[in-house]
Amino acid sequence: MDIKKYIKNFLNYKYLLYELVKKNIKLKYRRSYLGILWTLIEPLLTMMVLTLVFGTLFGRDDRTFPVYVLCGRLLFSFFSSSTKAGLKAVSGNAAMIKKVYVPKYIYVIASIISNFVTFLISLIVLVGVGIVLRVHPTIYILEAVFPVIILLVMSLGAGLILATLDVFFRDVEYIWSVATMLISYASAIFYPTDRVIGTGNAWVFDINPVYMCIANFRNAVLYGQPMNIVYCTRSAIVAVCLLAAGAILFYKNQDKFILHI
Amino acid sequence: MKENVAISVKDVGMRFNLNQEHVDNLKEYFIKLLKRNLKYNEFWALKGINFEVKKGERLGVLGLNGSGKSTLLKVVSGVLKPSAGKVQTRGVVAPLLELGAGFSPQYTGRENIYLYGAVLGYKKSFLDEKFDEIADFSGLGEFIEVPIKNYSSGMKSRLGFSIATIVEPDILILDEVLSVGDKKFRTKCEKKIMNMFDKGVTVLFVSHSLEQVQRLCNKAIILDSGRLVAHGAVDKVARIYKNMTD
Ligand SMILES: Nc1ncnc2c1ncn2[C@@H]1O[C@H](COP(=O)(O)OP(=O)(O)OP(=O)(O)O)[C@@H](O)[C@H]1O
Ligand SMILES: [Mg+2]
Repeated sequence: MDIKKYIKNFLNYKYLLYELVKKNIKLKYRRSYLGILWTLIEPLLTMMVLTLVFGTLFGRDDRTFPVYVLCGRLLFSFFSSSTKAGLKAVSGNAAMIKKVYVPKYIYVIASIISNFVTFLISLIVLVGVGIVLRVHPTIYILEAVFPVIILLVMSLGAGLILATLDVFFRDVEYIWSVATMLISYASAIFYPTDRVIGTGNAWVFDINPVYMCIANFRNAVLYGQPMNIVYCTRSAIVAVCLLAAGAILFYKNQDKFILHI
Repeated sequence: MKENVAISVKDVGMRFNLNQEHVDNLKEYFIKLLKRNLKYNEFWALKGINFEVKKGERLGVLGLNGSGKSTLLKVVSGVLKPSAGKVQTRGVVAPLLELGAGFSPQYTGRENIYLYGAVLGYKKSFLDEKFDEIADFSGLGEFIEVPIKNYSSGMKSRLGFSIATIVEPDILILDEVLSVGDKKFRTKCEKKIMNMFDKGVTVLFVSHSLEQVQRLCNKAIILDSGRLVAHGAVDKVARIYKNMTD
């Protein structure tokens, strides 16, 4: 069967995937004094700033507002940095791709996984802040894996699509950075959702799969309540569709990449 | 493919799009799409190439600049997918194309040995075992712990050569690699390659030095503007090539 052959082929490149992930993470923090500690410091600092500014602005003085902000910020920055890295995965590895044959999707997967690893490390901050602010975990905390995995699949799908487009059209990079910004505004990262729901703009949440993942993550981690099934299925469907579309688009065009990079 | 054939190239063609103005942004693309002049300036860098290399044969590829030699080697090594025809190879292929390119500049020599080794499909245990041999052969000494961006181009090529030749390949693909490095390293490389020759490796060899091709190869082909114009024993082909270029 073809599928079997693909899986076997993929397993042959396990070690390469490991090396690429290692490279991405190592180089990101190379020559910075604090190194990998930045994965912890950075979200902590942004959380403090956002809490200070928006907590006061919205008159939010509840104890766990920083956790609310942190959940949104951690998940969203995983989505934005991994898709941004995926976008550059093919064009950025041009020198290598031109020299040795390697299945090119490995580069995209590596860039998503390296961001996923830093995301997982940064969850330490969430645990720390949660303990300090006395968030009481319930059994539903286990459901946090669903939004996280859905977001991972979604990022991989988007990454494959963006990587392909970027080979042919360099301006995709700029379009995507604008798009990411718009998605971030519509993801309720630093503002409470009831602010928007009252204004008749709540529909943005219902069409934003990234927000749906963030919302379910907050349900699991912060509110300790069961997840929103509608959000879960809807975002899962989007993720699977993106992955399928990305895989097909990438597969159909991969032989042409080398002529354009 | 017959049992004794190592490389088989059938009707291979390679087409490039040579756009004067490369359309690489969306605005231009849509404007051109609307005006219906999204035409590509097609160019065949290789056309109708047919040949076979038997196991243990060493084939020299001759031709002027731009005749398609490097393109042919890339097609055989699988980096480029041919626009037409089919290439088959048997066994482990070690491509030595543009040595020194493809390293990660911020990574040290040591880190690049592992990364590049992984790209070439080696296993970690294999690289651990061979690391000293690679580092030794490259002769980089303590520079092995320095980022590649601080290397000279000769140093990069030496590292590239050392990594790529650490396996014992069945097929060795060499694109002008014996013209890099200083005299001392060149002699060392040639010795290593000769060593592989003795073990019966199949070779595809590009060089602008006719003398080198005659010394190292037993068969040769000539490419002229992407077409195969001669194929046979190296001395016969070398005579034809000499007549062509004089
Ligand atoms: N990626 C590419 N896109 C467009 N054209 C290309 C590409 N690569 C090679 N060509 C064209 O294909 C032709 C053959 O190039 P190639 O590099 O194979 O020549 P060569 O025989 O190796 O020359 P040299 O002796 O200078 O190394 C050239 O005309 C070149 O312009
Ligand atoms: Mg060449």
